[in-house]
Amino acid sequence: METICLAGKTLTLDNDGNLANCNDWNEAIACELATQEGLDELTPQHWAVITYMRAVFHKEGDAPSIRRLTRESGVDTKTLYKLFPKGPAKKAARIAGLPKPKGCI
Amino acid sequence: MRHMLILGGGTGGTMMANKLAHALDLNTWRLTVVDATGEHYYQPGFLLVPFGAYRMRDLVRPRQQYLPQGVRLIRSSIEHLNADIKTVVLASGEQLRYDCLLIATGAGIHPEQTEGLLDDEWGQNKFDFYTPTGAERLAQFLKGWQGGRLVVSITEMPIKCPVAPLEFLFLADAYFTERGMRGKVDLHLATPLSGAFTRPTSNRILGDMLRDKGISVTPDFGLARVDSREKKLVAWDDTEVPYDLLVSVPTNMGDPWIARSGIGNELNFVLTNKETLLAEGLEDVFVIGDASNLPASKAGSVVHFQSEILLANILEHIEGRPPRARFDGHANCFIESGFGKGMLIDFNYETEPLPGTFPLPGLGPFALLRESPLNHYGKLMFRWVYWNLLLRGVELPIANEMLMAGKVAA
Repeated sequence: METICLAGKTLTLDNDGNLANCNDWNEAIACELATQEGLDELTPQHWAVITYMRAVFHKEGDAPSIRRLTRESGVDTKTLYKLFPKGPAKKAARIAGLPKPKGCI
Repeated sequence: MRHMLILGGGTGGTMMANKLAHALDLNTWRLTVVDATGEHYYQPGFLLVPFGAYRMRDLVRPRQQYLPQGVRLIRSSIEHLNADIKTVVLASGEQLRYDCLLIATGAGIHPEQTEGLLDDEWGQNKFDFYTPTGAERLAQFLKGWQGGRLVVSITEMPIKCPVAPLEFLFLADAYFTERGMRGKVDLHLATPLSGAFTRPTSNRILGDMLRDKGISVTPDFGLARVDSREKKLVAWDDTEVPYDLLVSVPTNMGDPWIARSGIGNELNFVLTNKETLLAEGLEDVFVIGDASNLPASKAGSVVHFQSEILLANILEHIEGRPPRARFDGHANCFIESGFGKGMLIDFNYETEPLPGTFPLPGLGPFALLRESPLNHYGKLMFRWVYWNLLLRGVELPIANEMLMAGKVAA
């Protein structure tokens, strides 16, 4: 297992490079993960998506798909791609300290 | 009499009807299968139709012929499920009460979910190969095509048989090479995944194969709309992929009755316990195959591996005992790679597809994640296995659980 040092903490990563333990996560870590993902800053809209993803994950054990994000987070698909370029679901999950969504295979 | 009701008479529904007809006491249980159509298609064969290797009439048989005696087949679409009173309402208005319900209505393609995909050009220079009509129209088109840019577009995951788009491209490479026109055809894949496939080792190996065959890839492509006039795909981030011929893998969704019954996710896949195969939050309801939201491949092999576990759990459940058998997400797929060769991948929820060999008494071992002629014959042979063994519920010499024997850790 790979480890990474973020916001003064040593954290274990899973095979996809996401945090192995979502309880290690905090807001400072999210900011550093966002920088790694090429985002300049986390705006309130980013935080709305991140918070929503963590809430779904805690309830259901999996992060939501883009389709569900669009339907339930109040942010449309086009905006999601602006906020988290390339793969919004994958990227937002990583910044939120969650494993890659399982809906991919 | 108690009533076992199976919704859907495809791979999962037919296989389970055969297994249950053997396992249940038919003096105390009656078995019913509901399906909207009377034809059973061998879906893995659809992939080969566009290239003229199969005709659609080689792939279809009467549904009734594969159901055991004593099982009633009702031809109807489904209106909705009322789980509170254990009743399924059919489109005809007929109401079916059940003691145990099995959902096996699969997944279908929904091109109408993408702006600009389902317009007048659909069937002209935009096709699918997941339906009998789509695959046949594409076969007709390819016969007369003079070449250009062929783009395979995956709209969103999950899709039935996640390797099929890659197989289509491998087979297209061979098809155009054999017709002496490979130089006139540009093959391209536009995918929402970050590479050729989802998990690291197979992504690397399949990605290398695409490159070696001269097939280019646009990864992380979230398709927003199709512009038919300018013949291009447009992503949510405004990236564009031009095409001359579009082979689309549209959004896959569960049957609309699942949405009407309020038991599915955003794609109408039934919320299902990934180990026991019981529907979440419903009493006496099980799910098999593509209709579920399991994080497993949507593929016939998965249905096969689920079927023994499901049978054990249904038999426990109807006796009032908690289900004990656990599904591990096992999938096993032959991948046609063109020129008479194929590959095999074998994996589950936890273990990614790995290289090595796959043991099979009498025939194997098959090469894993590597091209070989034997794998190609394995795939061709499978059509016979499907009709004669698999649907009839005959046990095959392959373990339900994924085994590590022969596999080489990456």
